[in-house]
Amino acid sequence: MTVTQERVRRPQPRAAGPRPDDHGALKRAVGRNLTAYGFLCAALICFALFSWYPMVREVVLSFQENNFVDPGKWVGFDNFRNVIEDPAFRQAWLNTAVFSGLALVVGYAVPFVLAVVLNELKHAKAYLRFVVYLPVMLPPAVAVLLFKWFYDPGAGLFNQVLGAFGLPALSWLDSTSTALVSLVLVSTWMNLGTGTLIYLAALQSIPGDLYESAELDGAGMFRRIWHVTIPQTKLILLVMLLLQVVATMQVFIEPYLLTGGGPENATVTVAYLMYQYAFNFGDFGGGSALGLMLMVVLMTFSAIYLRVSREAER
Amino acid sequence: MTTRRRGLSLLLVAGLGLGAVSCGSGDDKPGAQGSSGGPVTITVGCQPPKSNPKEREGWDADVAAFQKLHPEITIESKDAFPCINPDTFQAKLAGGTQEDVFYVYYTDVQKIIKARQAADISQYIGDVKAAKDLRPDVQGVFKDGDKTYGLPRNNYNMGLVYNRKLFTQAGLDPDSPPKTWAEVQAAAKKIAGLGAGYVGFGEYSAGNTGGWHFAASLYARGGSMVGDDGKTAAFNSPEGKAVLENLKTMRWNDNSMGSKQLLQWEDLMRMMGSGKLGMMIGAPDVVQSVNNDFQGKFEDYGVTAVPESEGKSSLSGGDGYMFNPKASPEKIKAGLLWLEFQQLTPGQGQFNYARAKEQGRPVGLPIPDLYGDSAPGKEIVALRKQFATVPVDHFTPYVTAQSTITNKLEPPKAQELYAVLDVAMSAVLTRQDADIDKLLSDAESKANKILAKNT
Repeated sequence: MTVTQERVRRPQPRAAGPRPDDHGALKRAVGRNLTAYGFLCAALICFALFSWYPMVREVVLSFQENNFVDPGKWVGFDNFRNVIEDPAFRQAWLNTAVFSGLALVVGYAVPFVLAVVLNELKHAKAYLRFVVYLPVMLPPAVAVLLFKWFYDPGAGLFNQVLGAFGLPALSWLDSTSTALVSLVLVSTWMNLGTGTLIYLAALQSIPGDLYESAELDGAGMFRRIWHVTIPQTKLILLVMLLLQVVATMQVFIEPYLLTGGGPENATVTVAYLMYQYAFNFGDFGGGSALGLMLMVVLMTFSAIYLRVSREAER
Repeated sequence: MTTRRRGLSLLLVAGLGLGAVSCGSGDDKPGAQGSSGGPVTITVGCQPPKSNPKEREGWDADVAAFQKLHPEITIESKDAFPCINPDTFQAKLAGGTQEDVFYVYYTDVQKIIKARQAADISQYIGDVKAAKDLRPDVQGVFKDGDKTYGLPRNNYNMGLVYNRKLFTQAGLDPDSPPKTWAEVQAAAKKIAGLGAGYVGFGEYSAGNTGGWHFAASLYARGGSMVGDDGKTAAFNSPEGKAVLENLKTMRWNDNSMGSKQLLQWEDLMRMMGSGKLGMMIGAPDVVQSVNNDFQGKFEDYGVTAVPESEGKSSLSGGDGYMFNPKASPEKIKAGLLWLEFQQLTPGQGQFNYARAKEQGRPVGLPIPDLYGDSAPGKEIVALRKQFATVPVDHFTPYVTAQSTITNKLEPPKAQELYAVLDVAMSAVLTRQDADIDKLLSDAESKANKILAKNT
C-alpha cells in the first residue's frame, strides 16, 4: 500500500520528450541517457549478431542449396521435401516428442518436489541446496560422459547397484526400450539444480501467514501444498513448463555423446538429425529446413500455451 | 564517474562493432593474395598439435627448409586436432577462414568435389613431378572425371588389427593371426574367456561408424555397397547377410564381443589402448593412434588382412589435401610445391625416416602406400626398413596380402548410407532376436531413396 502511494506521489519524469523548440533540453536528455543507450546498443548488437542474424540466415538457408562458395541457389521447398521424405524424419519427431513427454513427467515434477522438501527442512538446508545444484556446475559433456560409465552394462554403477539388490542387470543405452528413458534420466539430473533453485525461490516468497491460516483451518501437508503452494507459485510453474518443453524439444548433447542416435535410431532426435544433415551429410539446406520446422513448432506451441494460460487466469 | 561510465559503454559498443566487422574477414589481406612472380603467403592445415611436440618440430623444420628453398613463399601453418572436423568445415568455408591448402579424409573428398567446395587443380598438377608415379587408384580418390582436386598424403586399406599380447595370454600364436572368420570366432572366444572386461572382437555401431565398418567387412567378402550405376543399393546380398550373421554369432552365441555396444571410433581405440580388446577391423593407422593417443605400445599390436579377403577387395582409407576454391593460381602453385616437398618426396617431410628415428618416433608401419611398386614407392619401403624402430614383422601378414587385394573406394553418399546401416549394425549387436533379412531389406529401401535423391 505504501509503495503504491509513493508511486503516485512521485513526480512524472520528463523523459516523455522535450518540446520541439527545446533543443538544449533534447541534448541534455540524450547526454543524460548516453550510458543507457550505449549499453542498450551493446545488447542489441549482441542479440542481432548471435540470435537474430543466425535465425534469419537459417530461414534463408532452408530455401537454398548453398556450398558457401558460390551464391546460394534458391530451391523453393526442395530441402523441406527431402527431409520429410527421409525415413529417419518421422522417427526423430516421435523420439523428440516422447523424450519431451518423459522429461516433463520426470524433469518437471522432481525439481518441484525437491524444492518443497528443501523448503520444509529445518537443518542442512544450505548444504543440500549446494548438493542439488552441484550437477549444474559440471560441463554438460562431462556430466554426460559420467553417465556413460554409470550405464555401462558390465562395470557400470547402475548395474552394480541393481546387482547388490539381487536385481537383473539392464541394457540401459543398448536397448531400444530403455535408451530414450536413460537419456531422460541424464537430462533430468543435469538440469535438476536450476529448476529446484527457481522453485525454491518462489516457495520462499510465499507469505508464512498463509500456511499458518491453512494450518489453523486444519489443512494437512498435501492440502497446504494444493491450496497454498501451487496457487502461489502458479506463474513460475507455468513459465517453467514452457521453458522445459522448449528446452527438451531441442535435446542434442545426450544422444550425440551417449548413443550416436542408436540403437536402431531409437534416440535420433530432431536436433540430432539436424546435426547429421548439416555437418555429416554436408547439407546445410536440409539441416536448416529441419531447424525451421522445429522453430515453427515451438513458436506455435508457445503461442497457444501462453494464450490458453492467460485465458485460464482470467 | 559519469564520464568514465560513458566512455566504458562507448568502448563496449565500439569493440563489439569491430568484432562484428572482423568476423569472417579471414586472411584476405592484399599482401596475402600473391601476385604473379611476387611473394605469396599460403595457409596450410593439419600442422601437428602442440600435444605432439616431436611431429610438430619436424613440420616446423620442413617449413623452414621449404621457405629457404622458395623464399618468395611463406607458409602459415594452422594446427588443429583432429585435422578436420565436420562441425567446423562448412563454417570455416562460409566464414572465409578455410585454409588455402586444407586437409581432408577420403570419406569427404567426393562430397566436397560435388559441392564445388574445392579448387580444380588440373591445369597445375602437371608441375608436380611426383604425381605421375602415384598409384592411379590413390590419385583417383581426388579426381572427378578427368579433373583433379587434390593430392593424397596417406593411403591404406582395411585389415584386422589384433593385440599380440592378449593372443599370447589366451594361448594363441600371435605370429599366426586368424585367416578365416571361423578362426576369428575361436580366437575371440578364448580372449573373452580371459576374464571380466576382456572383449574378443570389437565392432562399431553408432555415429555412422557402424555403417562404415559394415562396408569394410562387406568389401572384404567380395560384396558391394552400391550397384555399378551408383544409383541402387547392393548390400542386401549373401555377403551383406554374412557380415551381420557373423557379428550376431559372436555377440550372442559366443558372447565374445562384450556387453557394451553402440561403440564409436574413440571407444574401440580406448579399449585397444587399455589392452582389453583382442581384435577389430582397422588399418595400420589404428596402431599409430592407439600408440600416440591411447597409451598403447607399438610392440603389442599386429595387423593382418581381413579374413577371407584374399583375391577380393578392401575398403581403402586415407587423407590428403585439397585447395580452397577461392585460392588464387599463385597460391595453388605454391601449395602444390609445398605438398610435393612435404608429403610426396621420399626421404623428405613425412618420409624423412632418418629424422623420425632420431626423434624417437615410430618408423616401420606399412603406411602410407602412395606409390605402390613404382620407383618412389620402392625407395620409401627401403628407407622404412633402414630406419625401422617398430617390429616390422608384426605387419608382415598385412603387407603380404596386399598383392592379392584390390583397394575399393567408399560408396557415393557414404555418410548417409553409413547412417542407414548403423541401424542394422546396432540391431544385431543389441538385440538377440534381430531379423537380419528384414534389417537388410529395410536398409536397402532407405538407401535406394537416398541414392535416388539428386543422382
